[in-house]
Amino acid sequence: MTDILNTLALIGNFIIVPGLAYGSQLALGALGITMVYGILRFSNFAHGETMSFGAMATILITWALQAQGVSFGVLPTALLALPFGILITIALCLFTDRLVYRYYRSQRAEPVTYLIVSVGVMFFLGGLIRFIIGPNDQIFSDGTRFIMKVQAFKEMTGLSEGLAIKTSQGVTIITAIVIVTLLFWFLNRTRTGKSMRAYSDNEDLALLSGINPERVVMIAWIITGTLAAVAGTLYGLDKSYKPFIFLQLLLPMFASAIVGGVGNPLGAIAGGFVIAFSELIVTFAYKKVLAYLLPLSMAPEGLMQLLSTDYKFAVSFLILVIVLLVKPTGIFSGKTL
Amino acid sequence: MSRTQKNSLLFLIMLAMVAGVGIVQSWNVALTIFNLCLISAIMSLGVNIQWGYAGLFNAGVMGFAALGGLAAIIISSSPVAATWEAGGMRAILGLLAGLFAIVIGIFTWKKTVTLEKKRYWPTMVVAVVGYALMRLIIDPAISTIEAIEPAKTGYLGGFNQPILLSWLVGGIFAAAAAWVVGKIALGLRSDYLAIATLGISEIIIYFLKNEDWLTRGVKNVTGLPRPVPYEIALQQTAWLQSWTDNFGLSIIEASSILVKLSYAGLFATVLVIILWLSETALRSPWGRMMRAIRDNEVAASAMGKNITWRHLQVFVLGSAVIGMAGAMLTTLDGQFTPSSYQPLRFTFLIWVMVIVGGSGNNFGAVLGGFVIWFFWIEAEPIGLQLMDLITSGMDESSPLRAHLLENAAHMRLMTMGLILLLVLRFAPRGLIPEKKR
Repeated sequence: MTDILNTLALIGNFIIVPGLAYGSQLALGALGITMVYGILRFSNFAHGETMSFGAMATILITWALQAQGVSFGVLPTALLALPFGILITIALCLFTDRLVYRYYRSQRAEPVTYLIVSVGVMFFLGGLIRFIIGPNDQIFSDGTRFIMKVQAFKEMTGLSEGLAIKTSQGVTIITAIVIVTLLFWFLNRTRTGKSMRAYSDNEDLALLSGINPERVVMIAWIITGTLAAVAGTLYGLDKSYKPFIFLQLLLPMFASAIVGGVGNPLGAIAGGFVIAFSELIVTFAYKKVLAYLLPLSMAPEGLMQLLSTDYKFAVSFLILVIVLLVKPTGIFSGKTL
Repeated sequence: MSRTQKNSLLFLIMLAMVAGVGIVQSWNVALTIFNLCLISAIMSLGVNIQWGYAGLFNAGVMGFAALGGLAAIIISSSPVAATWEAGGMRAILGLLAGLFAIVIGIFTWKKTVTLEKKRYWPTMVVAVVGYALMRLIIDPAISTIEAIEPAKTGYLGGFNQPILLSWLVGGIFAAAAAWVVGKIALGLRSDYLAIATLGISEIIIYFLKNEDWLTRGVKNVTGLPRPVPYEIALQQTAWLQSWTDNFGLSIIEASSILVKLSYAGLFATVLVIILWLSETALRSPWGRMMRAIRDNEVAASAMGKNITWRHLQVFVLGSAVIGMAGAMLTTLDGQFTPSSYQPLRFTFLIWVMVIVGGSGNNFGAVLGGFVIWFFWIEAEPIGLQLMDLITSGMDESSPLRAHLLENAAHMRLMTMGLILLLVLRFAPRGLIPEKKR
């Protein structure tokens, strides 16, 4: 019995808790991609850098707050700075739309033209971010590091395996729930949200019913900016902030969006968790789990890892490939925003 | 001024700029830039084949170029006898097992059509069993190989063949990878190809970084053999000694310039051959068909053209050219460093070259390769000087000034993004627009 409980604690510590946190971050990122896809109808390669920009804005404000001696008690100060980061990112999104994307809308450009344009934006933002904050690691989390420490869990339960929950993980999950609830309430309950869904579903019909396309696009960018800033900051809090990592995050985020069905917010969330948990399950070393579950004589010698941790990005690619082969429209196909 | 004159003028201006660097900085620097310009031009020709001819967005140029680099190691480096004895055969056997599993998997998939939805299961079982079998065979081999003198070798080495051969093999490697990706992602919505290629390129780089038994990973393979003589050997030859004495040049500089010129000769030959082939292909009925598919897929498909197959064909061809360029790059460097492959430099910069040069026009792609590489290199000194000038009014010890000067190098990313956006907006057809045929 204790063996089974130990196994559960082990899996909780290394798969479930990190998976929930990472999944929430991916889901928020994929929601941003889906939002742009649903309304503006292109794959936004600049989304990773937008997240990075949002995180950077939050970090700079966090530092300013910390320098003033402001703190948020046990919670990271970055949460206080986040609203400002969101506003700055929204401003950035609206600014790029006004300066760059609006022209292509008026030209009714092909999706692939938008895609290349977003590569240009990505390049520019990447340079801007490195220019402002530099290419190195930035650590900006403060407050208490753990909600639950390994030692405390062991003492509480008497098990030999510990279960740790980092503050950043708890904050990530709760923030993600709040943001997603607000988003769904907005899309399903408010008039503006409904008009956005209508626009995403059938542009011409929406225009006929008097929906102002520029307003819909503006709100889409506001939502995208918010999601990007939150996702970037949470990722930065949980891991650490490195400018180059956000280009690598593009792949799992796109995979999440496609797995769930591009343009479908519910799908993006499901996809985020599918990708996150698959990455962790495939790269987890099962040696200890097997040692608990199997009799002593059969305990394995190797790490019993399906794939080495270095290949975690390959997992999202593999899932992407399987979905493209088996069901290119994604799990929740047919439903848009 | 006719079009040809205008285009020649653009190329002349470009060459004059390189010559300008030769006069102002040094001829060594100018030739280094020129050699990389040539390689960049070949890479952007490859992307142009995919994008310009067929409208396919390949976001994985980096991966295909890195596969070319892998070919350079496998072909040219000398085999490591100790590791071959310890685990070479077993590693090969493991790879064969993996290959066998894939073949059986595809066979199962093809033969179980009647099961409809349920046919995922047998294929999956084959895949899982095959993977486990491969790992079972290959894992011990990998750990023994990597344990043998890891500081010096720890990998299998190559076949000790002339490195020029790897240019061809690099093309084949990249073509094979492109075939797999294309098979999966082509025929679906256009941006799926972009995302799939972005993914495969990241994975190729992770593979090259982590499979030490094949590539030494981040320990890098250095000292690859060269297709041209070494500077030291040249300095000992009598003809160069008398030649430099006659003209009063430094023999060290002369030998290094000579080596770079021979590289330039090799690269230029390949560039001219590929350029000629691409132009011929574009003028042929095949090129006409590709343009027809690009401009109106529905109409072309109504005329009986197999769009997905043609896309796959052109995608593989373009990737092969990129792979060749990747092998040439590793040849020029004389070493293979997986960590040097960055998507911004290897994928998206090539895209800027194609767009700025003029998508759909091979000469445009070549010119774009030259112009963008030139500014990518020269933007750093220019940016630094500019920043120095801007901040010259500030206090010497001002932290803002130090920060700006330190990060000035990142200005070039911004500049490239800006150039791409401006060209797309105001001159979407590029420096040398596609010819109307």
